[in-house]
Amino acid sequence: MEIKAYDRVKTARSGGRPMGKYYIDNMIEDFCELHGDRRYGDDGAIIGGVGFLGGKPVTVIAMERGETVEDRMARHFGCPAPEGYRKALRLMKQAEKFGRPIICFIGSPGAYCGIEAENRGQGEAIAENLFEMMGISVPIISVVAGEGGSGGALALGVCDSLIMLENAIYSVISPEGCASILWKDSAKAPDAAEALRLTAPDLYKFGIADKIIDETDKTNEKICKDLKDYIVAQIELCEKYSAQELLDKRYGKFRKIK
Amino acid sequence: MFLKNLFKKEADRKCTKCGAEIPYKKLSENAFICPKCGAYMRMKASERLALIADAKTFSEQNADLKCKNPIDFPGYDEKIEKAKADSGLEDAVVCGTCEIGGEKCAIFVMDSSFMMGSMGTTVGEKITSLFEYALDNSLPVVGFTTSGGARMQEGILSLMQMAKVSGAVKRHSDGKNLYIAVLTDPTTGGVTASFAMLGDIIIAEPKALIGFAGKRVIEQTTGEKLPEGFQTAEFMLSHGFVDIIAERKNLKEKLATLLKIHKGGKR
Ligand SMILES: [Zn+2]
Repeated sequence: MEIKAYDRVKTARSGGRPMGKYYIDNMIEDFCELHGDRRYGDDGAIIGGVGFLGGKPVTVIAMERGETVEDRMARHFGCPAPEGYRKALRLMKQAEKFGRPIICFIGSPGAYCGIEAENRGQGEAIAENLFEMMGISVPIISVVAGEGGSGGALALGVCDSLIMLENAIYSVISPEGCASILWKDSAKAPDAAEALRLTAPDLYKFGIADKIIDETDKTNEKICKDLKDYIVAQIELCEKYSAQELLDKRYGKFRKIK
Repeated sequence: MFLKNLFKKEADRKCTKCGAEIPYKKLSENAFICPKCGAYMRMKASERLALIADAKTFSEQNADLKCKNPIDFPGYDEKIEKAKADSGLEDAVVCGTCEIGGEKCAIFVMDSSFMMGSMGTTVGEKITSLFEYALDNSLPVVGFTTSGGARMQEGILSLMQMAKVSGAVKRHSDGKNLYIAVLTDPTTGGVTASFAMLGDIIIAEPKALIGFAGKRVIEQTTGEKLPEGFQTAEFMLSHGFVDIIAERKNLKEKLATLLKIHKGGKR
């Protein structure tokens, strides 16, 4: 039986679902977290750092919503502030300097929505990432692990290979937001979820997601292992290209979406 | 009936601020600024081009790219038809080349009368193509934004246009070409979070609403009262996100000057 889109939305958001920190802990050896955007602050909703993936140095940028209540408050429930996106960009440029690939883990309801975020240029921070990531000349592999919430998710999603977990979602707007704007009724979110075509199979069909990692009947360990193997293979593939070829292919990946 | 349509004049407009009824001719001669209270009215793309481009220099590109319903979103076909009828446009942006004070440039003008200027695949494709054309021909781009953000009826494809256009802006920029973004009321959401904020020079019209998240959403999410003047052009200038606030009547001259300053500036 086909799984309803809104069931996947619920799974993508569910409390126990592994997020960025889990994948760092279980995939990256000798991880060293690096903090701050060197502009204003350090954002808990995005973890950045360096380590080894299968023996190779990598930079990892991961959205994380936290586990305990305190942790979740500190990470503002996984909604990155402008300083989170600027930290991510700083670390990506550092990765480019040292020639190591970048892995981004996406899972967030969206960019942080608040007065302070606007004061510090939430829109500008996202725009800057979209612009600069199109020119970073090392491989960028992005993984949508949970909820890919709009521009706040896309700001880590300009990549050479986009991987989605089977029950991850990626959408221009939350189904609740869509339903309340269009039908003045957020209870119609399940209908909006179907209409928005936000599931991993949908995105694969559109040619936006390059790979779906199956989750059905698998443990988290097995999912993490399969994901790791695929990322390692993708990095090897990307490294066959010259920097210019890589950037041309990256631009082409988005250019064809119309 | 037919004759009436043929000679149909633009209807008089009501000031959105003070409510004054203003004859169309008077309004257009006053750069669509209310003569009573000084408020800036929103302008259609054709009106903006008439104000900014030198007479008879505008040449449209991709006029035949039509809005479609790529993910079969329910009710969208009807919305498109209504938007076309309301705006007289095929989608929310007009692109082409023109001269401004004798300086040739590529230009895009968004139009909020087509589904609040939202960006779907057609808007994304037209603006991307314009930046590519400008790169190939070493032309500066002048872009007028007005938008409610990414268009939800085209789902994830709309979101991806943010990355696509930003990539085209990057390539144009790497070619050492100038891009001037002019932010007009309202510029929000996914357009703010992509090409609106990527100008080498960012100009805003006075009092224009400019921001990422919607005001109501922020109030509902945080429970905080928004400060006076929040998300206005003046707010964006004082927070360092806009270079210039330009009066509409001086805008063309300002653009011409900036284009002249950047002429032949490539190394
Ligand atoms: Zn008035």
